[in-house]
Amino acid sequence: MKELRLMKGNEAVAEGAIRAGTDGYFGYPITPQSEVMEYLMAEQPEKRTGMVVLQAESEVASINMVYGAASTGKRVMTSSSSPGISLMQEGISYCAGAELPCLVVNVVRGGPGLGTIQPSQADYFQSVKGGGHGDYRLIVLAPASVQEMFDFVFLGYDLAFKYRNPILILSDGLIGQMMEKVELCEQRPRNTVFDPSWTLTGKTPDRERNIITSLDLDASQQEKHNQHLQEKYRKAEAEEVRYEELQTEDADYLFVAYGSSARICQKAIQLGREKGIKIGLLRPITLWPFPKKPLAAIAPRLKGILSVEQSAGQMIEDVKLSVGCGIRVEHYGRMGGMIPSPEEVLENFEKLFIKK
Amino acid sequence: MDIKDIIKPENLVYQKTKLMTDKPLSYCPGCGHGTAHRILMEVIEEMDIQSETIGVAPVGCSVLAYDFMNVDMVGAAHGRAPAVATGIKRCWPEKFVYTYQGDGDLAAIGTAETIHAANRGENITVIFINNGIYGMTGGQMAPTTLEGMKTSTSPYGRDLHSMGNPLKMSELLAQLPGVHYVTRQSVHSPRNVRRAKKAIRAAFEVQKANKGFSLVEIVSNCNSGWKLEPVPANEWMEENMFPYYPLGDIKVDGKLIVNQ
Repeated sequence: MKELRLMKGNEAVAEGAIRAGTDGYFGYPITPQSEVMEYLMAEQPEKRTGMVVLQAESEVASINMVYGAASTGKRVMTSSSSPGISLMQEGISYCAGAELPCLVVNVVRGGPGLGTIQPSQADYFQSVKGGGHGDYRLIVLAPASVQEMFDFVFLGYDLAFKYRNPILILSDGLIGQMMEKVELCEQRPRNTVFDPSWTLTGKTPDRERNIITSLDLDASQQEKHNQHLQEKYRKAEAEEVRYEELQTEDADYLFVAYGSSARICQKAIQLGREKGIKIGLLRPITLWPFPKKPLAAIAPRLKGILSVEQSAGQMIEDVKLSVGCGIRVEHYGRMGGMIPSPEEVLENFEKLFIKK
Repeated sequence: MDIKDIIKPENLVYQKTKLMTDKPLSYCPGCGHGTAHRILMEVIEEMDIQSETIGVAPVGCSVLAYDFMNVDMVGAAHGRAPAVATGIKRCWPEKFVYTYQGDGDLAAIGTAETIHAANRGENITVIFINNGIYGMTGGQMAPTTLEGMKTSTSPYGRDLHSMGNPLKMSELLAQLPGVHYVTRQSVHSPRNVRRAKKAIRAAFEVQKANKGFSLVEIVSNCNSGWKLEPVPANEWMEENMFPYYPLGDIKVDGKLIVNQ
């Protein structure tokens, strides 16, 4: 029988964490994602699955606890919101460099600086273009519903271990705070087998010691390590692109939007179609790797593309890189925690593309 | 009698621990790190816990500690070793977890992680090498640099008024209820090496008994950074470092030791 529950996005991440067999969660309170750890602490997952939940002294400590815990080969994660995620960037870079599987959830709020506690999508560049130092990539998943907040914890771990790489769930304050129906899946058991080729379990006589590090003072070795990472990223680009198309078959125009903006655009498309304007939606589910090919495939049929983001226009750069110069691409968005209404999106679309 | 007649198993009085790799140490001649590494590895070998031990290397001179220590190890970001160790220990509560950190790592950039891991009573062992200077980056002032001590960033001597006071981390940490064992040792003479090794063993026994945070500070030298030859460096350490950082137990069995 289906197990249905009405939950906040943040609670769905927390319940997903328990059911996905997480071994350790390390976090620090910050609005608008504090419900993740609050839910976990109230739920006492140590009694349900043996999962460890620890409130760290800072986001810096949280991500370094994740780094240490991930080196044991266990399933570990943290969550935070924009300023806290900025603090974690050094540790995320170390996790990528040392090839540690782990999950980071960013429930984005408006910035820059302390910004606001309202929803935003202005951490796109930070998420998909690096964030920390060095040449590395995160696979970035963008949930657009509370259901996906739950599901992507499972997907995130699968990808994290497939690629031995940190995975970022890039949500926002709207998805984190809103309540929706969620279908919960069965409990997944925690890891019991640890890859002896790299995990820290204690050196036994049958193997050499394992060393987890991102350091190699020999530049030629460090370059080889970088080349290995890049090969991994190319594989992810080939195999992990995820996206959703909505009413693109007959569309003259296309909205490209992810997360909460995609939800807003769904309604805007409906309003547009009621007025006879055929608009479709492409929703990137993976922001990195970005769905370049699907976008390029639709673009020749279109009269224009509107990138809708709760930012000054960040994803639009990837949209433009995907479709080239042959088609007009515009941006519409609000900033600093303001959420555009569907009517507002449609009105601005019409101003840009229809009314001359 | 030929030397071959002497080198026989029955005449063996000392053997390098198998837990030290054969890689030549990267430390300066005269540096205390090599000895500290060796006694730490000897303790792990004697306790027969190699297969249950995970070490955390810092950033600093001992950043490559995992090249020399034959146990599973992870290299932490600068100062974050106690947080990294926390993550490991919470995932493997039955295993032994230690960090090996210098004073810049533990007492400057990593102060928050050190204090909070200690305050939570994380059941880990911290080996803290205090030589009053940043060795690897070229002899800059550390939080533990003594008053008036010349370094590359305090070329006229540490001025307490503008640069702050040398930080006594062990005394500070000993105040915290989660901390079970704190001691300050050195490795500059055979007698002190034996005492330091005993202290490391005691710290690991605390961890084995699941009693909480244990820390062994080793006041050590940095002859390169101090611009002294090895023997004068040790003499300078005895004359200047030990009065400010007195050797001996600071907290044993969860109780503060009241000296003098």
